[in-house]
Amino acid sequence: MQEPVAVHAFESEHEDTSTGLPNTKLAMWIFLASDVLLFGALITSYVVYRGRSVVGPYPNDVFDIPYTSVSSFVLLASSLTMVLALSSIQRGDLPRMRLWLLATALLGLTFVGGQVYEFTTFYEEGLSLTTNLFGTTFYVLTGFHGTHVAIGILMLLSVFSLSFGGQITQRDSLTVELVGLYWHFVDIVWIVIFTVVYLVPTGP
Amino acid sequence: MASVSVPTEGRSRGLFRRPTATTGAWSWITTVDHKKIGILYGVTAFAFFIVGGTEALLIRLQLAQPNQEILSPSVYNEIFTMHGITMVFLVVMPLSAAFVNYLVPLMIGARDVAFPRLNAFSYWAFLFAGIFIYSSWFLGGAPNGGWFGYAPNAVLDPTRGMTFYAIGLLLAGVASMVSAVNIAVTILNMRAPGMTLFRMPVFAWMSLVVQFLLAFSLPVITVALVELLFDKRFGTHFFDSVAGGDPVLWQHLFWLFGHPEVYILVLPAMGIVSEILPVFSRKPLFGYQFVVFSGIAIGFIGFGVWVHHMYAVGLGPIANTAFGISTMIIAIPTGVKIFNWLGTMWKGDLTFPTPMLFSIGFVSMFVIGGLSGVTHSVVPSDYQQTDTYYVVAHFHYVLFGGSIFGLFAGMHFWWPKVFGRKLSEGLGKATFWTMLVGFNLTFGPMHVLGLQGMPRRIQTYPEELGLTFYNLVSTIGAFTIAVAVLVFLVNVVLTQRKPRGEDADPWDARTLEWLTTSPPPEHNFDEIPTVHALDEAWHRKYTETEDGHVLPVPAGGSGSEPAHGGGHAIHMPSPSYYPLVASLGLLFFGYGLIFSWWLAGAGAVVLLAGLYGWALEPSAE
Repeated sequence: MQEPVAVHAFESEHEDTSTGLPNTKLAMWIFLASDVLLFGALITSYVVYRGRSVVGPYPNDVFDIPYTSVSSFVLLASSLTMVLALSSIQRGDLPRMRLWLLATALLGLTFVGGQVYEFTTFYEEGLSLTTNLFGTTFYVLTGFHGTHVAIGILMLLSVFSLSFGGQITQRDSLTVELVGLYWHFVDIVWIVIFTVVYLVPTGP
Repeated sequence: MASVSVPTEGRSRGLFRRPTATTGAWSWITTVDHKKIGILYGVTAFAFFIVGGTEALLIRLQLAQPNQEILSPSVYNEIFTMHGITMVFLVVMPLSAAFVNYLVPLMIGARDVAFPRLNAFSYWAFLFAGIFIYSSWFLGGAPNGGWFGYAPNAVLDPTRGMTFYAIGLLLAGVASMVSAVNIAVTILNMRAPGMTLFRMPVFAWMSLVVQFLLAFSLPVITVALVELLFDKRFGTHFFDSVAGGDPVLWQHLFWLFGHPEVYILVLPAMGIVSEILPVFSRKPLFGYQFVVFSGIAIGFIGFGVWVHHMYAVGLGPIANTAFGISTMIIAIPTGVKIFNWLGTMWKGDLTFPTPMLFSIGFVSMFVIGGLSGVTHSVVPSDYQQTDTYYVVAHFHYVLFGGSIFGLFAGMHFWWPKVFGRKLSEGLGKATFWTMLVGFNLTFGPMHVLGLQGMPRRIQTYPEELGLTFYNLVSTIGAFTIAVAVLVFLVNVVLTQRKPRGEDADPWDARTLEWLTTSPPPEHNFDEIPTVHALDEAWHRKYTETEDGHVLPVPAGGSGSEPAHGGGHAIHMPSPSYYPLVASLGLLFFGYGLIFSWWLAGAGAVVLLAGLYGWALEPSAE
């Protein structure tokens, strides 16, 4: 342990760690595990209050399930482009990586745009954050998820821009992998939210 | 300093040069050294300890006699709320974090934590959270709804106090969350060669369990606080029963965090005591694996007992019974630890310097707190005790008699390692005995007061209730504790005036941090030790003959790492401005949520700029 000690204390890509996992990757996994509980608590709040609003509009009055299904499909498709971006940089193919990163970000933006449109429509139909319990829990839950997606887009675009300055190279594929982990996580959370909030019927 | 050899190949893409000061104020402000950050945590937490203690003295003054008006009811509410918030979030958590930060890398044979700049960020975010919460006194009133902030009281309160509470705890939560990830990765990933998980000191193990408790409980309180904040600031209906909402949701979310929090507060102290008792019993820890697995078990079961805070809510006999049983079950691993500590001392070659006294104080006081805790698990009995001083007595025996005694034990034990000077034994013992007597005088009578029916959180009491005597005793006890803390401070001041010159290993101790100099060099170890056994430092010093006698290892094969030579090629991460910038952004954002969206926006921009500067700065200058 004479030579590598210098890197040992740095947040470096090439670490010799006890578990063999890079520090950043382990950190991301622990963070995501923690984030599961964040969404767990938010989804619980939504579920606990299902069907307990005392005034409308109720979910059935505003939801447009085909529309949201399409935007959900767009978000899920972005997981595919994310994987393609990672595989590109692992092969050292920077142009392809840029392409797929941009595609992922655009798909994410489409989803967030769709969410903004959806929120606007709901608002025009009389559902605001303060209208009833449904509005309160729905906007906070999906808003938190939308913020997560937006942060992911910011990370994707950052990596995309940095790759032009020579700061993202094949050696940095871990960075792309980390963004990917986060991105897939946010996608998976949406599957749960979409199912619980939109698809499971609330009853009369 | 160790960073004499400057790497020239660092990709120079930073906006600013990285700061390079190694002494003076800037070296502290920009430091990313886990030891300096540990000291910063310790000093800050102790400052808050004095503030929180002063609040406690005000409470005790108010209650010393019946029908007093030293504090008005509304100020009293603010004082007891701030006392609770301070002691939990700004004292015991960060004081534990001080030990975790300083000791864990040394104990596992690492040069620093996994993410040194994130570590600095955690400290600054914690400090700013503390300042944020305390600034509420000047910005429209302090939080006044208890540290548990029950809805709907917290929502309906017209002052800004509970908004400060929500945002302040969110900020502190960010600090703790970042630190939890950082320390967990450090312990899992940065261990020295040969340092398997089951050769780690118990303190490192307890730290690991605590980081996971934090990682899994903080998101829950985060959601609760966000909901509270939205209810207060944006008029949502999470806890609004008129709109169909349910204040009990707050209680569930809060205690789902709040009970693991209890173990977050006490497990580090348990780890500290598990390190100290073997040293002064001159025996290995009795049943190391049992202590470790009990700690893990406490971590798991800690998530399944929260309803015992809520028996009186009326969730029904089945829920109450189930949680009563799980609460009794969690006493088992705790009891296992107590017996392991007793077993460690049993037939040991005992000596009683101050750290040992505080450790034994911890074990005995914690037993009392633990036993009164078991009485709470019994639902009908708890109905009688809920919201009385009996509960106050219980959790102070756990958090003061437990955590604070453990932390004081740790301070006296590791002081020579951290500062190169030993605290005076005479004053140390005076601190201990004064504190032990004061502590029991303060909180012992509260058991009686509680069983006589004195409710918590009430500003005064009428004379006819016959509560005066024990309240007066309790107040006298509180001031006795203050004397003990004063003696400790005098000890610190006198000690820090002495010249440095402590041995690497003044206590003849057992773990890796004692192999390096006191205080350790910036890079911790000139050569990372290779670990062959639990209690590695001990095994380098002593060997056992075939008939079980302990003998010192002959000269040459033993001792501490060489103090000189070798350390020069090691360059540590450069200091950085960005953790401070990013956490300042967080602070502005917090104020912005209360006062102005422009400020919030500016805070977000500063935070983002800090994060980008952080990501882009070269790894060394």
